[in-house]
Amino acid sequence: MALQKSSTTPAAASAALTFQELLFRLQTFWAGHGCILEQPYDVEVGAGTMSPETFLRVLDSQPFSVAYAQPSRRPADGRYGENPNRLFKHTQYQVILKPPPANVLEIYLESLAAIGIDLRRHDLKFEEDNWESPTLGAWGIGWQVMLDGMEITQFTYFQQCGGVDLDPICAEITYGLERIAAFLQDVDSVYDIVWTQVPATQGETPGSGLPARTVTYSQVRHLEEVQFSVYNFEFADVEKLWEHLRLYESECQQLLAGIEAKKGDIRSMPILPAYDLCLKCSHLFNLLDARGAISVTERVGVIARIRALAVGVAKAYVRMTPAPQPVTA
Amino acid sequence: MPDLLLEVGLEEIPARMIAAAERELVRRVSELLVRERLAEAEAEPSGYSTPRRLAVLARGVLARQPDREEELTGPAWKVAFRDGEPTAAAQAFAKKAGVEIAALRPLTTPKGEYVSATVSRPGRPAAEVLAGLLPKEIAAISWPKTMYWRREKPERFVRPLRWLVCLLDQTIVPIEFAGIRAGNLSYGHRILHGDAPVELRGPAEYLSRMESAFVLADVPARRERIRKALDAAARGVAGARWREDEPLVEQVTNLTEWPTVVLGGFESAYLELPEEVLVTVMRDHQKYFAIEDSAGKLAPHFLAVLNTEVDAEGLAIIRHGNERVLRARFNDARFFWNYDQKTPLVSRLDLLKAVTFQKELGSYFAKTQINLRTAKALAAAVAVQGVELEHGALDQAVLLAKADLTTELVKEFTELQGVIGGLYARAQGLGEQVASAISAQYLPASTEDPVPAAVEGQILGLADRAATIVEMFAIGLEPSGSKDPFALRRAGNGVVKILAEGGLPLTLADVQRLAEEQSQRAKPNSEAVAAFLKDRLDFYLREVRGFAYDVVNAVLAAGVSTVPDAIARAQALTQVRGSEDMVAISTAFKRIKNILRQAGEQNGGFEGGIAAGDLKEPAEQRLHAEALKRAPQMTEFQAARNYAQALECVAALRPAVDQFFDTVMVMAPEADLRRNRLALIASVLQSFSRIADFSEIAAARPGGS
Repeated sequence: MALQKSSTTPAAASAALTFQELLFRLQTFWAGHGCILEQPYDVEVGAGTMSPETFLRVLDSQPFSVAYAQPSRRPADGRYGENPNRLFKHTQYQVILKPPPANVLEIYLESLAAIGIDLRRHDLKFEEDNWESPTLGAWGIGWQVMLDGMEITQFTYFQQCGGVDLDPICAEITYGLERIAAFLQDVDSVYDIVWTQVPATQGETPGSGLPARTVTYSQVRHLEEVQFSVYNFEFADVEKLWEHLRLYESECQQLLAGIEAKKGDIRSMPILPAYDLCLKCSHLFNLLDARGAISVTERVGVIARIRALAVGVAKAYVRMTPAPQPVTA
Repeated sequence: MPDLLLEVGLEEIPARMIAAAERELVRRVSELLVRERLAEAEAEPSGYSTPRRLAVLARGVLARQPDREEELTGPAWKVAFRDGEPTAAAQAFAKKAGVEIAALRPLTTPKGEYVSATVSRPGRPAAEVLAGLLPKEIAAISWPKTMYWRREKPERFVRPLRWLVCLLDQTIVPIEFAGIRAGNLSYGHRILHGDAPVELRGPAEYLSRMESAFVLADVPARRERIRKALDAAARGVAGARWREDEPLVEQVTNLTEWPTVVLGGFESAYLELPEEVLVTVMRDHQKYFAIEDSAGKLAPHFLAVLNTEVDAEGLAIIRHGNERVLRARFNDARFFWNYDQKTPLVSRLDLLKAVTFQKELGSYFAKTQINLRTAKALAAAVAVQGVELEHGALDQAVLLAKADLTTELVKEFTELQGVIGGLYARAQGLGEQVASAISAQYLPASTEDPVPAAVEGQILGLADRAATIVEMFAIGLEPSGSKDPFALRRAGNGVVKILAEGGLPLTLADVQRLAEEQSQRAKPNSEAVAAFLKDRLDFYLREVRGFAYDVVNAVLAAGVSTVPDAIARAQALTQVRGSEDMVAISTAFKRIKNILRQAGEQNGGFEGGIAAGDLKEPAEQRLHAEALKRAPQMTEFQAARNYAQALECVAALRPAVDQFFDTVMVMAPEADLRRNRLALIASVLQSFSRIADFSEIAAARPGGS
C-alpha cells in the first residue's frame, strides 16, 4: 500500500484540499483503478445508490466499475441553512466495483491517502453497518469507516437489489464529500468549507483586475439550502404533490405493463425512462414526508407502491440482459 | 507431538460476533481432534481473535492417528464354508476385508455362527485428516448475519475470507476454504504493519510473531492493555477516573488489533446538557469512555480507544479530530434540546397519533389512553388498601409518558426514551413526581435494574406493561419459543419485579384483571396471560432470586397471593428444606397424594367430612387431634407472615404422620373405615398445603438446601 505523506495537522489545515480539489483527486484515483467516470444523474435522488448507474447496472453479470459524484436530496434533512452539519442536498461520491477485487479494502485505503489522509497519523476502524433500502428492495453487508471517530465512508457489499439476488455482487463505496472536506479543512461548519481558491485576474486597466479570493461552500450553496427548506417544509403543495405522485406512478406502471407484454427482445423498450419515473415518485414521497403529509398508515403503503415500481423495473432490466454491453468493452 | 495452528483471516468481522465465533471455532477444532483420535484429551486448545482473524492453537496434537484393529462380520459360517471348503461368499468377504481366507475366524453370535475377520486400520497422518475436515468446521461456524462474495455464491460467511494459515509445527496443512488455500503467511495490522505478509515458522511463535506485526491476538491481553491505557490516560486529569463500562471495554477490545488510548476534552459549557445525554453521545455513538471527578461528577473529558499507535504529532491530530466530532454531536444534542423545548410535552400529545405503537393496536396516542385507564384502576385499587399517592401527578405522568417519542432528541438517541421525557418534564416545571415517574417508566429494563422508587413510577410502569401484555395476547401476538418480537417476556419480568420489590399490595392476578377490564379488545386471552405471568414469576424466583426449582414449584403450586408473599414462603421453605422433618413430611404428602389419587380412581371419591367418633386406632386419633391443633396455629403464623414458625407447625405434624402410616392401613377393607381415613388424610393435605405443596420438594440431597 502506498501511503502518501501529506499534512492534515490542524495548523496546516489551510493547505488542505478544497472541495473541488477533493473531487478531482477522487475522480483521478478511481479512474486510475478502472472506473468509468460518470456525471451526476440529473433526476432527484436521495442517494448515489439510486442513480441507474448503480441501481440498474449492478443487476447484470457484466463486469462494471463506475464512479461519480451524486448530489443527494433529502428534503426532511433540510435545516434552512442553519445547522452546521445537516443539509437538504449533500454530495456523495459513489464508487461501484463489480466484481470487487480481492484487495478492495486496500485500494480504498489508498484512496484516503490520495485525498491527503496520512493513515499513519490517524485512527481508522471498520465498524459493522449493514445497509437496507425498503423502497429499492435492496440490501447489503458492510461497514461504516470511522476516521478519528468520524464516519467518512459507507462501504457495502451489495447482496440484493430490486428484489434480485446479485451475482456477482458488487462493492459500493460512498464518501460523504462535505463531511470529509470539513474534516480535511478542519472547519466546524460545512458552510465554511473552502469550495475553491480563485486566483487574481487581470483587468482591462492596471489595477482593475479581481484579487485572489476564496469561495466558500456557503457562497455556492447556502441560498439553495434556505429556499429549498422553505419550499420543502412550507410551500410545497401537498395536494399537487400527491397528484404528481399518482401521475408519475401511473405512467411508470403503464410503461412496465407494456414492457411485460412485449415478447422477445425488449432492448428497445423504455425501461430506463420507467426507472426515471420511479425516481420521481421516490422524490415526491420524500417531499410529502418532509411536509408531514404522510400518516403512519399511509407510509407503509406508499413505500410498497414505490418498491413495486423499482422491483418491476429491475425485473425488466434483468430480462433485457444478458446482451452485449456497449459501455464496458 | 506437533502443535496445530489454524488462523482464519477475514475482512473486519463485526465486533459483536467475534467472541462467540472464537469460542465456537475452538470448540469445533477441539471436538474434531478428539473425534479423529488426534488429541490428548486434557488439553483444551487456545483461542485468539481480532477484528481480522480467528485463530486456534492446539498443543500436542498426535502426528498421526493410532492404528486400530477392527473386527468385521461376514456371512454365516455355513454359507461361507461347505465341507470345510470356502465358497464364493467366503472369498468375496475375504477380498473385501483384505485378508487371506486362512485368516477368517468363526464368530458365535446369538443368531448363530458367522465368519469374522480382524483387519488392522492404520491411522492416517494428522495433516491428511485435518485437510479433509477442518474446512467443514470453518464453514459451519454460525454467524448472526452472513454474505456472499464469490461468483455463483459457493459459500456464505460473515465477511470475505482473505487468508488461511494452517500449520502442524512447520508443515503447512493444505486446507482449502472459499477458494483460499492455507499457507504459513498471515497479515499484520493494516496500517502499522502494512500489506506485507507475516511468515509464521510454527504455531508456537504465533502470538509473538503477530505482536511484532502490531497485532495483539490474545483477547484477555488486549483487554488488559486497554484497561491499563485507560487508567494511564485518565491520570492526565487531576483527581479523575474513567467511568467503568464493561460492555464498552468488550466492544473496543473487539474493534482493535493494537489498542492505545487518547485523552480528549470538550468545553465545560456542554456540561449544562443533561449528563444522560452527554454520556449516551460519548458511549453509544462515539464509543468513548466518560471521565468523572472524585465525587462521580462528569468531567469535560473523554477517552477514545484507538486501533493504532502514533507519534505525538499523530496523537494531537487524532485527539483534535475526535474532539471535533464530539463537539458537532454535542452541538446537535444542544440544538435538539433547545428545539424540543419550543413544543412542551403537553402540546405533543396529538403528535402521538402519528406514531404507531402496533399496527392493529393503533398509535401511541391510543396506547396512552389505555395506559391511563389502567393506571387509574391500579391506583384506585392500591389507594383502597391505604397506599398514599398523588393521583394528579400519576395521571399527568401517564398522559405524557410517551410524548418524548416525538422529540428530536429521542429520535436521535432512542435509547434515552423516558429519560428525555423526564428531563423535559422537569425543565418544563411539571414537578418532580411527574418527572421522575416518566423518567423511571422503563425501569427495570433488565433483571439487574432497580424498580422505580416512587409509587407513581411503579404504577405507570405496571400499567404500561400490563396493558401491552394483555392487548398483545388478545390479538394473538404472544411470544412463542425463541420468538418474542415485542419483548413481552421482558415486560412480564418487569411487572413481576416491580411487584416483588416495589411494595404495592397487588397480586399478579389483580394487575391482570384490572388491565383486562380496561382493554377494548373483544376477547381477552386470560388463561394464556395468567400462565405467562406465572411463568415470569417462576423465572424471577429461580433466576433472579436463586431459589431451587422444587422450592419454587412447591410455592407456586400452593397458589400465589402477592409476589412478596411468594418470596417469603420460598425463603422459609428454603431454610427448612433439607431438615429431616421436612423430608419426612414431603414423603408423607407425596404418599397421601398417591393414595388419594388411586382411591379416587378406584372408588370414585370419599365425599363427606371426618366422622371423629369412627376413628378407631390411636394413631389416627392422634393425627386428627394434631391436625386440629396445628392447623389454626399455622394459619395464625401464616397470617402474620411468620412463615418460619408456620412451617414449624407443619414439621411438628411429623411424629403423628409417621405413626399413622406405620400403624394404620388407609385402604381398609371396610368401606366406612376406608372412607373416613381417606377423608382424614385429605383434610391434612388440604390444611397444610397452603404455604407450599410439600409433595413437590425433591428428595433431600447431601448438604441440605
